[in-house]
Amino acid sequence: MSSVGIVMLVHTALDRAEQVARHWRAAGCPVIIHVDRKIPRPIYDAFRSTCANDPDILFCKRHKCEWGGWGIVAASQSASEQMLESFADVRHVFLASGACLPLRPVQELIDYLDERPRTDFIESATTADVPWTVGGLDSERFTLRFPFSWRKNRFLFDKYVELQRALGLKRKIPDGLTPHMGSQWWCLTRQTLSALLQDPKRTAYDRYFRQVWIPDESYYQTLARQYSSRIESRSLTLSKFDFRGKPHIFYDDHLQLLRRSDCFVARKIWPRANRLYQAFLTDQSEAMKRTEPNPGKIDRIFAKAVERRTRGRDGLYMQSRFPRHGNENGLTSNPYSVFQGFAELFEDFEPWLKKATGMRVHGHLFAPDRVHFAGGDTMINGALCDNAVLRDYNPTAFLTSLIWNTRGERQCFQFGPGDNQKINDLVARDTNAQVSVITGAWAVPLFRSNSNFADLRAEAARLQKIESEHLSILRSPLTKARVRIWSMAEFVESPMEPVQMIIDEITTGPAPQLTEAPTMVDLSGFGQFLQNLKNQGMHPYLMGDFPVEPDLVNQSRPLRKPYLVR
Amino acid sequence: MRLRRRRRLLRCLRKSRELSNVQDNTSAIKPGDVLLVSTIRNEKIRLPYFLKYYREMGINHFLLVDNDSSDGTLDYLSGQSDISIWHTRHSYRRATHGVDWMNYLKRTYAHDHWTLVVDPDEFFIYPFCDTRPIQALTDWLDGSSIRSFGAMLVDVYPKGKLSDVAYQPGQDPLEIAQWFDTGNYSITKNLTYGNLWIQGGPRSRVFFAETPKKAPALNKIPLVKWQRKYAYVSSTHALLPRGLNQVYEEWGGEKASGALLHTKFLDTFSAKAAEELQRNQHYAKSAEYRAYEKAEQDQPDMWCKWSERYINWRQLEILGLMSKGNWA
Repeated sequence: MSSVGIVMLVHTALDRAEQVARHWRAAGCPVIIHVDRKIPRPIYDAFRSTCANDPDILFCKRHKCEWGGWGIVAASQSASEQMLESFADVRHVFLASGACLPLRPVQELIDYLDERPRTDFIESATTADVPWTVGGLDSERFTLRFPFSWRKNRFLFDKYVELQRALGLKRKIPDGLTPHMGSQWWCLTRQTLSALLQDPKRTAYDRYFRQVWIPDESYYQTLARQYSSRIESRSLTLSKFDFRGKPHIFYDDHLQLLRRSDCFVARKIWPRANRLYQAFLTDQSEAMKRTEPNPGKIDRIFAKAVERRTRGRDGLYMQSRFPRHGNENGLTSNPYSVFQGFAELFEDFEPWLKKATGMRVHGHLFAPDRVHFAGGDTMINGALCDNAVLRDYNPTAFLTSLIWNTRGERQCFQFGPGDNQKINDLVARDTNAQVSVITGAWAVPLFRSNSNFADLRAEAARLQKIESEHLSILRSPLTKARVRIWSMAEFVESPMEPVQMIIDEITTGPAPQLTEAPTMVDLSGFGQFLQNLKNQGMHPYLMGDFPVEPDLVNQSRPLRKPYLVR
Repeated sequence: MRLRRRRRLLRCLRKSRELSNVQDNTSAIKPGDVLLVSTIRNEKIRLPYFLKYYREMGINHFLLVDNDSSDGTLDYLSGQSDISIWHTRHSYRRATHGVDWMNYLKRTYAHDHWTLVVDPDEFFIYPFCDTRPIQALTDWLDGSSIRSFGAMLVDVYPKGKLSDVAYQPGQDPLEIAQWFDTGNYSITKNLTYGNLWIQGGPRSRVFFAETPKKAPALNKIPLVKWQRKYAYVSSTHALLPRGLNQVYEEWGGEKASGALLHTKFLDTFSAKAAEELQRNQHYAKSAEYRAYEKAEQDQPDMWCKWSERYINWRQLEILGLMSKGNWA
């Protein structure tokens, strides 16, 4: 008779439970099975009779098991008592469920426990120190009462908790107990377990824990601290939980992962995972052909799953992730740069910027006629087209898709008051956006155009109004983008300083050497142009002060020569 | 909303009189079986692969409405023990595009079953569908107390003209139509039903570039743990009660979701489009088919430089078209 006894709690998938029980038996471990009383009598009887041919598979008194309720503890108590009575050789009692699967040969587990005859393996931590809380309850699990089922009567459950909080009702924790919590799957020594089950105070403890929420995660965990001489606070059962406290399930495709996990027992296994049962229960030699153990990998996979569910991928808008305003965790997936006024002020800004930074530099993506993709392309990653109607149907989706589709490569684009302004709020709120604005530069193309002055005047008034609205968004305290604004007059005075600053920020690694400066358009006469607008009653103010006398403008011309701040 | 739901349910009962049972194997449905419901019209060529695909996925029973097919569909389907068939000659459009018929069948046979509603040209994929049967998904959804599962329509198309390659019965349509658009979708929230309204993809790009608002909706909720009181309101885009439409996360995370690979665009398409246009049984006076017909004349190639070749569900998950959520 083996020194390890298995207590198995079974709720569903009886055939799998039998299979696992026989596996334990094959290594000589006696098994006590508790079958949930919710399973109908005939099914239970049939199950019992299939196991009847093995004298060391016994069944204990049945209790009704409800998640978060006392039944599971009562079940494990009955089964443990029976185990200790029936099998005198048993030194360690291992609590398992019907959905547990032994990964390593059972003999290894027996040997492991034989080497540690006095050690209790039970995860047990004080409530103050662990963050595992479902439903926002940790220490309150021990001080409130929970007569209503969390699964079936969530409303009453919540209301009753609120009521108790409001009234300040608190239960007294029995003297000498410090609440501890941990995984419900443990392996205790006969000494500890019998002391726990035979303690004269047990009735008092049981009465108290009956009203604790999820007592199977705290009953043994708290009481073992009273009796054990050596607690190793970890569970021998590999069990991963999702963000709602539900156990993750293992499937056939986890086979390699489980082989490398190096754990004795894993739960929960999907009952129809034939390959897993096949691999770990029938051909042990095959299962043992492990490559190098890598238990951390399981942790990473499940931690990632929880993160994907709770945070998601930044900047992704899709069928099952559509965050409300303010809950986006990153409005876009990647940093990008918006340039306003640069392409107007410099002759060859786009090719120059591309050369200087190596980034993808687009023209006016939100221009009214079409989307000006870099290099004159009609389509870009993700099959986004240059059709302005399609883009304007949902401009913010266009921008977020563009940034998502090109993740890994920084995008730069030109923007201006002539473009679709519906993206302004999004860009301003976006920490990934670097926005650089030369205010009033939209006047330069007007100045250089060959239109009637009346039309120019109307257009200038329109653009100035749009840009000033845009500026007020950018200057709002809610703006999170990295915004730099210069008036045109200010910028023209020393253009290369700001340009170098922007480029240093964009490029990672060694800053590129700007050997060439972009060529500024000839501004002689621009002051007079502005004065003409003023004379017509339209006051352009966004560009700052430009002197009317051409001489003064000419004086600033040497500044167009490369002047690089290094 | 309760009234609307009641109205839908009454309507489905009324429309149920248009259905006549041809083959009833519903007694074979066991508790816990996963069912598939579909309306078919002249799709015989697609059925062999369609049935094979979903049988391999783990569908236990098919409930099919034959809308007066003339290509021998009924003969083909009869005698298959996991299929029950109803026949109708009545108007598809006036049965809310088949929704009423199918609501009736689900109400009668699918109570408490996970039920997948797809068209014969739609292929459902979900996370881990290459290694786990659909029962793994439905068990997990049950365990997580989730009642409905979203799957966006992803249009797949061939490279070159539709008529270039002829589809053979039993062939995997993805061998021909294997390209899709990865990142040109637009989403808004429908405040009436609380579902998302997704548009975009190749149909929007090729056929609706000048009228994007009319482009077909791509959001679908095809897999539901059906209850008698539930009803689809518009294809499988939206359900009542409204809580079932909440297949997306609004607080930053990602819920698990799948995709429906829509293999409409094969060589069979032109004939189908012409027929549908003549019948005028589709949404908005068949605006969709009208647009196709117009584009058909210049034989469009939907393929472009940025089309992506479909490989597997993991590819769609990386591209952000579907998500594993917290299923691992």
